[in-house]
Amino acid sequence: MRYESLLDAVGGTPLIGLPRLSPSPEVRLWAKLEDRNPTGSVKDRAAAYMIAAAEKDGLLHPGSVILEPTSGNTGISLALVARLRGYQLICVLPENTSAERRMLLEAYGASIVSSPAAGGSNEAVRVAKGLAAQNPGWVMLYQYGNEANARAHYETTGPELLADLPEITHFVAGLGTSGTLMGTGRFLREHVPGVQVVAAEPRYGELVYGLRNLSEGFVPELYDETVLTSRFSVTSADALRRTRELLSEEGLFAGISSGCVLHAALGLAAKAQTAGQRADIALVIADAGWKYLSTGAYGGTLAEAEARLEGQLWA
Amino acid sequence: MAIEVRIPTILRSYTGGQKAVEGSGATLDELFADLDGRYEGLRERLIDDAGVRRFVNVYLNDEDVRFLGGLSAAVSDGDTVTVLPAVAGGAR
Repeated sequence: MRYESLLDAVGGTPLIGLPRLSPSPEVRLWAKLEDRNPTGSVKDRAAAYMIAAAEKDGLLHPGSVILEPTSGNTGISLALVARLRGYQLICVLPENTSAERRMLLEAYGASIVSSPAAGGSNEAVRVAKGLAAQNPGWVMLYQYGNEANARAHYETTGPELLADLPEITHFVAGLGTSGTLMGTGRFLREHVPGVQVVAAEPRYGELVYGLRNLSEGFVPELYDETVLTSRFSVTSADALRRTRELLSEEGLFAGISSGCVLHAALGLAAKAQTAGQRADIALVIADAGWKYLSTGAYGGTLAEAEARLEGQLWA
Repeated sequence: MAIEVRIPTILRSYTGGQKAVEGSGATLDELFADLDGRYEGLRERLIDDAGVRRFVNVYLNDEDVRFLGGLSAAVSDGDTVTVLPAVAGGAR
């Protein structure tokens, strides 16, 4: 495969069958390998689209400052595009995210502003919005509300899946900004009658939810509940267990959100099998395991790994 | 009949500090009414006229109840209901 430059190689990722984890030949799991993107995550799609949209709208000029609340993957993706297109990037991220993410961001030339750990991504969003208000010249692409994020998936991820798996019955992805689910989900619903669009949501430790006031919660502006068929909350214990199974059973070295997604997918597979129904379940591997090695997710006992993840934003 | 209901930190002032309480009912609505009888004010933090409050997520056996019929979702002995605040999610 040949591309004129790295940014042209966004998307077009492989769909890999998971024969050992699939319950039967009639109920099959398929992993879409989004780590096969230029910076190694699904966010390359959203970043490319959001920056292209901002350029088209005349918001960005050489040397423009882009600001974004991001714990990592979006920042890394934006850092690549910013670097290649001549913009400066400032990322706001909670201080309790893995070391690899910070190192990668800085290696790409991004600047980091840390927000308090106990407050998680909600706090990072708040801090970023405050900075944007103070610096009107800065451009906050705001992945949680930017329609180009979802549109990236409507125009690329969805069509790729349909082309590779026209017999798709379920689509499962992690729930964060909801861009992947909204964009891919909308596309699939328009083209595949009866398709199920299922969200897998990480359930964090108590520190992350803390004493957050229930009236100050956060729902991404992109989130439209009607696009989903169902939404599952997955513990770090289950996500870790499944992440290790992906590696031990299928040889897939995936990030922890992928374990979260696999857990939900396996639940759907079991349901289909019990009902005697055929199923072709596509699930998103958002990134590989490299950035999570320092979290201890892949070594030691599961109990040790789970204890280490306590209080961390693992996906 | 016992249904375990897990309570987030912010609401434990209503349950005397307990992180999990037990209740009964045939639906989620009945369950919350049952809990409100013993933990006054709890229900109002979770539910408004439209149903489950916007920034509150309620899961029945780990599935978001908004996709199970909301407050009319059927609950049975041995089920687990988990209440969590809506957060921005983790690393994006």
